[in-house]
Amino acid sequence: MIMVTTAVARVLAGDELRARRAAAVTERNLVAFRTGGTYWWLVVSGFAEPLLYLLAIGWGVGALVGDMELPDGRVVPYLTFLAPALLAAAAMNGAIAESTMNFFAKMKFAKLYDSVLNTPVTPVEIAFGELGWAMLRGAMYTGAFLVVMVVLDVTSPVRALAAFPAALLVGFAFGALGMAFATLMRSWQDFDYVGIVQFAVFLFSGTFVPVASYPVAMQVLVQVSPLYHGVELIRSITTGTVGWGHLWHLAYLLAAVVLGLAVAARRMARLLLG
Amino acid sequence: MDGGEALIRARGLVKRFGEFTAVDGIDVEVRKGEAFGFLGPNGAGKSSTMRMIGCVSAPTGGELAILGMDPLRQGPAIRARLGVCPQEDNLDIELTARENLTTYARYFGIPRATARRRADQLLEFVQLADRAGSKVDQLSGGMRRRLTIARSLVNEPDIVLLDEPTTGLDPQARHLVWERLFRLKRQGTTLVLTTHYMDEAEQLCDRLVVMDGGRIAAEGSPRELIEQHATREVVELRFGVTALEPFADKLAGIGERLELLPDRILLYADDGDAAAAEVYARNLSPSGVLVRRASLEDVFLHLTGRTLVETG
Repeated sequence: MIMVTTAVARVLAGDELRARRAAAVTERNLVAFRTGGTYWWLVVSGFAEPLLYLLAIGWGVGALVGDMELPDGRVVPYLTFLAPALLAAAAMNGAIAESTMNFFAKMKFAKLYDSVLNTPVTPVEIAFGELGWAMLRGAMYTGAFLVVMVVLDVTSPVRALAAFPAALLVGFAFGALGMAFATLMRSWQDFDYVGIVQFAVFLFSGTFVPVASYPVAMQVLVQVSPLYHGVELIRSITTGTVGWGHLWHLAYLLAAVVLGLAVAARRMARLLLG
Repeated sequence: MDGGEALIRARGLVKRFGEFTAVDGIDVEVRKGEAFGFLGPNGAGKSSTMRMIGCVSAPTGGELAILGMDPLRQGPAIRARLGVCPQEDNLDIELTARENLTTYARYFGIPRATARRRADQLLEFVQLADRAGSKVDQLSGGMRRRLTIARSLVNEPDIVLLDEPTTGLDPQARHLVWERLFRLKRQGTTLVLTTHYMDEAEQLCDRLVVMDGGRIAAEGSPRELIEQHATREVVELRFGVTALEPFADKLAGIGERLELLPDRILLYADDGDAAAAEVYARNLSPSGVLVRRASLEDVFLHLTGRTLVETG
């Protein structure tokens, strides 16, 4: 898994040495994870929440809603429509939890990065390393989630495999954005705002109903939400309706990654290298 | 100490935070194998200087070269060869003592097997081998400090930077830390430390600078500084009253110099016993008399008019 992060970081940072240092930051989290033990509960809870939604809303509400029509005209059960959106939301929630709360705690309270910056590791490498870790955690969530989706027969195994990297990208984008926000936070109170925005984004990103059913103003506004782009991308894969138009969603998520990382690295340098 | 190559060279080094000038144009040269100290009270600019040397804080002005490299452009390459023990222990609280060392080694790109071997050696060195599996919060303050020192050695650094290595430790723990640092020094490691304890500076430093208000007030070996800025002995007089000025007048002329502190009067004299006898000869009866050797504390007092550690 470290090798995956190393490879990704190498591509993004463009330097072998820097990639290895970023991987060392990811590795630190794996060691803490193994030593901590209680950490497993976080994973279980992150996985349980969307699963409960899936069962309650998918089956319960789904029975009332009935079938949904996809963009290509096919009619599918509500659960098939909803499940990929909840997967994207799960990837978002996991990444945000790791990159805001945990990252903030490590930076401000544990003063972890003060000691790391005394080594050759730089702020950008810390940002990459932490994101690498958020992605590994995200992989655990989304992997399990996709298995459940296959078992419930809302997608095929091949489509689930294809949706996996897309879900990771969603996590990566929210991880980078969350980390950027965490560097702007002054205290724990500020995280309440994150929670509110996160919930609004969760409800209004074409998660529960097609965006076409929103008022026109909302349809424009929803374009800003990275989750909307994640939902559209993943839904198109799990339902087999991918087209060239989906490249736009891909590009938007990649841009969010770059933006989040750039802001996070800059802010960290300002906060920690005074 | 002479002829050694300069590992750290600063010329007119300045650090400003907005309007506030923390370091105000200092010249410093640290040679290979020496133990160099920055002595001064809190707020003298010691930690800011250390952060610039550690390449985690960019100088506002002046020149700085560490290991012959430029901190601004070659930060990672320099930090790869430094060991840093910061003022506040910032150990990784989620990890065990041993994992703190192995994980830290990985930041330097040290292979896992080497990291494990060094971690065990270093735990042995700082006498924490039996606490290898303990989490940081299960360790005492002294143990944490020793672990932080061990961590700073994990990359076998050319220079070890220690920011107030024993502040906040009880006497026993301090002596253990000093003893380990002394061993490092004997092994030829270059040590740079800050302290506001004169006994620490006297014990560990070959050479030191006295800092005050961001500037260097004096420079030399502890012995040189005492010879230049103080007498051989000091008589401390206490009178059990708060108004000491009347006594100062009556003591005029005894010894070379007199210093009036809030709680006591210091008489500087080469022969302390003779000076104390003279005090009694003048019919003064202090409630406490202590004759002692002059220390760096006296040097600092003479140079700045203030004591190093506020007795407040």
